[in-house]
Amino acid sequence: MEFISQPWPWYVAGPAIAFVLFLMFYFGRAFGVSTNLETFCTMSGAGKFSDYFKTDWKARKWSLVFVVGIILGGLISSQYLMTSDAIDLNPDTVKELAELGFANAGSDYLPAEIFSTDNLLSLKGIAILLVAGLCIGFGTRYAGGCTSGHAITGLSSLQLPSLVAVIGFFAGGLLMVWFLFPLIF
Amino acid sequence: MKNLKFLIIGIVFGIILSKSEVVSWYRIFEMFKFQSFHMYGVIGSAVAIGVILMQLFKKGIIKDFQGNPIIVKPKKKGFIRTFVGGSIFGLGWALAGACPGPIFVLIGHGAITILIVLLGAMLGAFIYGLLSKKLPS
Repeated sequence: MEFISQPWPWYVAGPAIAFVLFLMFYFGRAFGVSTNLETFCTMSGAGKFSDYFKTDWKARKWSLVFVVGIILGGLISSQYLMTSDAIDLNPDTVKELAELGFANAGSDYLPAEIFSTDNLLSLKGIAILLVAGLCIGFGTRYAGGCTSGHAITGLSSLQLPSLVAVIGFFAGGLLMVWFLFPLIF
Repeated sequence: MKNLKFLIIGIVFGIILSKSEVVSWYRIFEMFKFQSFHMYGVIGSAVAIGVILMQLFKKGIIKDFQGNPIIVKPKKKGFIRTFVGGSIFGLGWALAGACPGPIFVLIGHGAITILIVLLGAMLGAFIYGLLSKKLPS
């Protein structure tokens, strides 16, 4: 039980994710999450605006069920499997975040500075969340996958487009954290 | 009911991402600051094992549950598509501290504001769909 309540190290999580990858392919499906964003658009009637969304979402029920599972997995974890929400961060990270204006870095999974519900009352607060989402949705669909589809599945199957995509993920991420964060926060 | 297995795999995936703190905004920040090995270890070891699995699929040593060969669909090619699309995703990944999988995990954690990120992501996917024919690949 000690193991269940403690945070899992990388050498448990990585192989466990590989096991999930194996299961998806074993059951005849691909491992990927971001295509569901398009499926949601189709289900919300996006087909009226573009033929791109005129797809049969029912053929992707398995993936929608997978997503429901992911949400439930998060719910089960937060309710029963986590003794503490604190993240054991590198002290340098905590210090740098304090300089950016993030207090108590690592005391919770998410920083209140971005995710507190009070942020919904400010234009900047909503804009940060919405723009981050826009980049995620647009970027993953343009690139053709996210961390699961490109970084895990694509790199595992030695696909060049996925290597380029992952280099892109880092180009964007580094630009954001090193250069844009000091301007935003 | 044949989809029940995907519900269970999803639950397992959600628990892994929660317990390994991959869904924490801070872990993503740390990764992009090169201040922790954690995320590199998670993704790196998953890929290392994944490479072996993919070879076993390709050589037909592991077949799917019905005994058919497992074929991995090739990704769409195109440098602009993957690099520019990937970079735009990277900006969002770093800002929200979550990629699509963790967005759903965090909904399960009860993080209300992540719903705005999800809404943005759906809009982003919608905008991509509208422009898909006009964008360079």
